[in-house]
Amino acid sequence: MTTTVNMLLLLAGCALVTWLPRILPFLFVKSVELPDVVLRWLKYIPICILSALVFEGMFEEKGKLVVIDGYHFFAAIPTLLVAVWTKSLSKTVIVGVASMALLRLFFE
Amino acid sequence: METQYIATPNTFRQGIKDCLPTLLGYVSIGLAFGVVATTSNLSILEIFLLSLLVYAGSAQFIFCGLYMAGAPVTVIILTTFIVNLRHLLMALTVAPYFTKYSSLRNIGFGTLLTDETFGVAVTKIAQENRLGGNWMDGLNITAYSTWVIACTVGGLIGKWMPDAESWGLDYALAAMFIALLILSLASSPRHQIMRYLKLIGIMGLTLYCLLYFMPGHLAVLIATLIVATIGVMTE
Repeated sequence: MTTTVNMLLLLAGCALVTWLPRILPFLFVKSVELPDVVLRWLKYIPICILSALVFEGMFEEKGKLVVIDGYHFFAAIPTLLVAVWTKSLSKTVIVGVASMALLRLFFE
Repeated sequence: METQYIATPNTFRQGIKDCLPTLLGYVSIGLAFGVVATTSNLSILEIFLLSLLVYAGSAQFIFCGLYMAGAPVTVIILTTFIVNLRHLLMALTVAPYFTKYSSLRNIGFGTLLTDETFGVAVTKIAQENRLGGNWMDGLNITAYSTWVIACTVGGLIGKWMPDAESWGLDYALAAMFIALLILSLASSPRHQIMRYLKLIGIMGLTLYCLLYFMPGHLAVLIATLIVATIGVMTE
C-alpha cells in the first residue's frame, strides 16, 4: 500500500488529460448550437468507434504485417451470434470470456 | 408522423437498473485489470487511485504496459490523452441532451462518461430520444463505484491468481464492444442497417491500413474520424 510523489504526479497528469475531453463538450454545447452537418456526423460516431475497437482487438502486428489474431477471430464468432440473438450485454460477455478460455484451453 | 417512444422514468433508480447489464463487464474487466496491474508492479493503492482518477479501462491497461516498459512520463500522459480523446466525440454526442441542466451537473455527467455508459445512453436516446439527469447520475455512479471496487479487488486477487489470460478474462473488453456495437445497430432505423454494415466493412479496411502506420489507439481515433465523414458524405 505505497506510492511515490512521481507516481502521484503521473496519475494527476493522466487524470487531467482524461477529464478535459470528457467535460469540455458538456460546458461548450450549452452556449453554442452545433451546425446540422456536425450533428449528422456525430450520429455515426458510436458505430464507428465501437466497430473500430472491435477490429483493433482482432488485428495484431506480426513482424511487418498486420494479421487477424486467430483466438480473437474465433472467439468473436460465438460472441457475435449471442449478441445478435440475445441483444444482452451480460450474456455476450459471459459467452465471449468462456469462448476465449476454451480456445486457450484446447489450442494453447 | 411522429415516432412513438416508450418513456422510462428519469430517476436515479432507473439509471441503476439500466446499468446492471453492464456490471458483469465492469467487474470482469476491473478484476482482470487489477490482476494485470499487480503483475506490472503497481501497488494496491496505485491501482485504486488509477481507477478512481483515470476511470478508463483501455487507458489503464495501456498505462500499466507503458509503466512496466519504463516509458517516460510525457509519453504515458500523451498516450493516455490520445487513447481517451474518443471521450470528446462521445461527450459531443451525449451533451446536447443535457443543455437544460446546470454547468456543475454537466461537469458531473462528463466526468463519469465511459464507453459503456455512453453505449447505454446512446441506446436510451435511440429508444426514447431523450436523456434525464437523474437517470444519467444513477447510471454513471453505479458504473463508477463498481469499476473502482472491481479494480481494487482485482489487485488483491492478483497476489493469488496471476494467470488472468488463461481464464479468458482479458476478452471481456472485446466481447463488451461487440455487444455494444450490435445493440446500437439493432436500435438504428431498419432501412439504415445495410448502410451501417457497409460502413463497418469500410472501417475494417481503414483500420487495417492505418495500423501499418500508427499504434492501434491512434488508428481507432483517426479511422473513426474518416469513416464518420464517409458516412455523412454518402448520405
